[in-house]
Amino acid sequence: METERIVGTSAPRKEGRDKVTGKAVYIDDMSLPGMWYGATLRSRVPRGKIQKITFSPEIAWDEFVVVTAKDILGKNCIALITDDQPCLADGVVNHPEEPILLLAHPNPHLLSKAIQAVSIEYQPLPALFTIEESERQDQIIWGKDNTFKTYLVEKGDVDSVWAQADYVVEGEYTTGAQEQLYIENNGVIAAFDPDRGMTLWGSLQCPYYVHRALMTLCALPENKIRVVQTETGGAFGGKEEYPSMIAGHACLLAMKARRPVKMTYDRAEDMVATTKRHPSRTRHRTAVRRDGKILGGEIEFVIDGGAYTTLSPVVLSRGTIHAAGPYYWPSIRIRAKAVATTAPPQGAFRGFGAPQSLFAIERHMDRIAATVGISPEEVRRRNFLRTGETTATEQTIHEPIDLNRLLDRGLELSNYHAEKQRFARENASGATRRGIGIATFLHGAGFTGSGERYLASEVEVEGCADGTVQVLASSAEFGQGTKTVLCQVAAETLGLPYEDVGIAQPDTGLVPNSGPTVASRTVMVVGKLVQLAAEKLRQRLRAAGLPEKYSRDEFRNACAKYVAEKGALKEWAKYQAPSGIFWDDEKYRGEAYAAYSWGVYIAQVAVDLATYSVVVEDFVALQEVGRVLNPVLARGQITGGVAQGIGYALYEKVVWENGRMQNGQMTNYIMPTSADLPPIRVYFEELGNEHGAFGAKGIGELPMDGPAPAIVNAIENAIGVRFDSIPLLPEDIYAGVAESFDVAGAPPSQGAR
Amino acid sequence: MSHPHGQREISLVVNGEAKTFRAYPMERLLDVLRHRLGLTGAKEGCGEGECGSCSVLMDGALVNSCLVPVMQAQGSRIVTIEGLAQEPELQALQEAFLECGGAQCGICTPGMILAAHHLLDKKQNPTLENIREGLAGNLCRCTGYSQIIEAVAAASKRAGATE
Repeated sequence: METERIVGTSAPRKEGRDKVTGKAVYIDDMSLPGMWYGATLRSRVPRGKIQKITFSPEIAWDEFVVVTAKDILGKNCIALITDDQPCLADGVVNHPEEPILLLAHPNPHLLSKAIQAVSIEYQPLPALFTIEESERQDQIIWGKDNTFKTYLVEKGDVDSVWAQADYVVEGEYTTGAQEQLYIENNGVIAAFDPDRGMTLWGSLQCPYYVHRALMTLCALPENKIRVVQTETGGAFGGKEEYPSMIAGHACLLAMKARRPVKMTYDRAEDMVATTKRHPSRTRHRTAVRRDGKILGGEIEFVIDGGAYTTLSPVVLSRGTIHAAGPYYWPSIRIRAKAVATTAPPQGAFRGFGAPQSLFAIERHMDRIAATVGISPEEVRRRNFLRTGETTATEQTIHEPIDLNRLLDRGLELSNYHAEKQRFARENASGATRRGIGIATFLHGAGFTGSGERYLASEVEVEGCADGTVQVLASSAEFGQGTKTVLCQVAAETLGLPYEDVGIAQPDTGLVPNSGPTVASRTVMVVGKLVQLAAEKLRQRLRAAGLPEKYSRDEFRNACAKYVAEKGALKEWAKYQAPSGIFWDDEKYRGEAYAAYSWGVYIAQVAVDLATYSVVVEDFVALQEVGRVLNPVLARGQITGGVAQGIGYALYEKVVWENGRMQNGQMTNYIMPTSADLPPIRVYFEELGNEHGAFGAKGIGELPMDGPAPAIVNAIENAIGVRFDSIPLLPEDIYAGVAESFDVAGAPPSQGAR
Repeated sequence: MSHPHGQREISLVVNGEAKTFRAYPMERLLDVLRHRLGLTGAKEGCGEGECGSCSVLMDGALVNSCLVPVMQAQGSRIVTIEGLAQEPELQALQEAFLECGGAQCGICTPGMILAAHHLLDKKQNPTLENIREGLAGNLCRCTGYSQIIEAVAAASKRAGATE
């Protein structure tokens, strides 16, 4: 039929009208009749044995429901990868803010006083607060060696390259924790009925993760648990695994209270008790030829996982594979490990390990350039991966990506050479120094290695009695545009107007398991399944008499007629790994990702030598993400990710003391405001992708990877001082400049006081 | 459950409607709107006046309703996102937010639109710099603000064109 194309247009956000009128219902806007409120008592020490719990007599405890580990009917754990994290501490706490007991009461205002009225005596246990302390293994706080997971990637014979090297370039790079800082805190409501089972509504990314965790915790069968995602006010990975914890707590309270229970965190609890981006340390040792060509190298990548395993092995995996950057390494050895420390577990956050290891390689490339005496752009050109070459895991790049051309375009868009010359000229005087920096990078779309095969995601597309079409998937909308883009894909496949396609709210009682809404996989992997299922639906209607070319009304009538005569009209698609994909989980070798997205980001900064504050004055974000299915949404993903990346580099510092975040407030953990950010100039190249819906690849995480190294490279260009750690707040810049005074014996400028 | 002892009679005009009810003097205006009056468009993001997602208009001023004890609002005119929905320039703003991608997860959106509305009330043709500053009290974690700023600029142009 003749319709306008829908894929590639900026179809309006499906749930947009509700959002701009304030009608969208988030979890804290919901309430159920007879609902109580829950709160969590958390450990006030880093690590210790619980000796005694005392309830102060000043509280009318008989009005409260109190839940401890003894009330758990199933297994006391948050089921995920390793079941080592208890839902409620039982006898021992392994990190500050670990949940110990739960309270519920009909009046939410009485909860905080009651929490304060419970005192706990602990016998302290040894605690380890840094990667280095954990590595020393003087104390063992987890397993046999404080190590959640290790990986070893080996390609070629790296031991033989050192003798041929003109330069051996070494560097150590560290990144700090980062809070996801979704504006809607974590929250859920649980309601239990002994006959019908448990229903859980919540702000979350992965309904089926929560479903599985609740089955294990509550000892309920699959069909007695229903998890419904409510409108979710931002997530960014922060609502990937953590919701299983708060959901578990609310369910335990609801089962005991026999009433619906709402649990919502306030900002302070959400910041100090829930997951953040893993802090990291990366060491590079690289053999380089005189012309800047990399001969081989060793990378050691370590992330700090906090007290329990959670997702650290998978975060480590993505970080490990991305540690080599978008470069060709004739030989490489990457050793990676995730270690335990005494802190709340770190977790998923947009980029998932890649921003950490890419920060290191992109700083290191500038160091190689400086050592060899060539420009930052030239060192990258001499080492870019090309089509037909292999990555560190020996995956052959089949995509027709031309990174040189992408870099050319980035340099042109940012007016790189002219600006760099201008800054060099103008930096001779005045109190402001300007600089420009580059980061080139890649991001794998979908789950790593065999992950997608294990997930075996499913979607359904249904033709409804009224002739409209409904997409059924567990992929959650939390700002990225999931609902909109999946509807666009179905509408395009069926040749229907966008308005004729709707999408169900993720509800495990209603939708199949399309896997978690993470890993830049929704458009590429789930979108492709929607496309396949929609095509099957069309074929079914064709077989029932729908002509090859049909109008909107003809489709509607055919659909309605089919349902009236034959019953439900539902088609289904399940993920199948493309043939020829090889991945070895043991050796960490093979096709790590079905597709990569590629980026060239260029930042211009101004460093004030009086205040040491850094302002990003211009930002060019150029990327190849396959086909752009919705330009407005795609651009929004990039600008939002870049803003978070600028925060990661320059503003957002988690201050730790004895394993606890000390600045768990928006007042003193600073994210960028509209006045802090430059115009973020977004450009796309579109090469397409055979594996994704209509040629799409992943987009959500990519923009988190590039900003931090581009900015720090620009700062070095501006003031000639090298920084290898983020975040870089003014006090950190000051410290670095002061240190360079000491080394160089002279201040870097007259502007500094 | 809650004892009425200590409560006061409070009168507000909310979205043009007179409301009289009893509340504790130090109850946050945000809680009164959300819990007593059922207006859940204003959101709590931080509870300390940093994020602006609880923004409402109080006698024409943009306030963080999480920081306003209801006693302080006694007698005032309050406008929330629900009340703005009928006004034509809000519709222009809403349309612009939809077209430009100004709303992603939507949690900051009601506050952001109120802040934008307040800005456009004070300044009919704001520069991009005015918009950046005018919205700096409202945090958005999704968008990086670019598309919000464009939406406000587009709405102001449209309002100018219809005058």
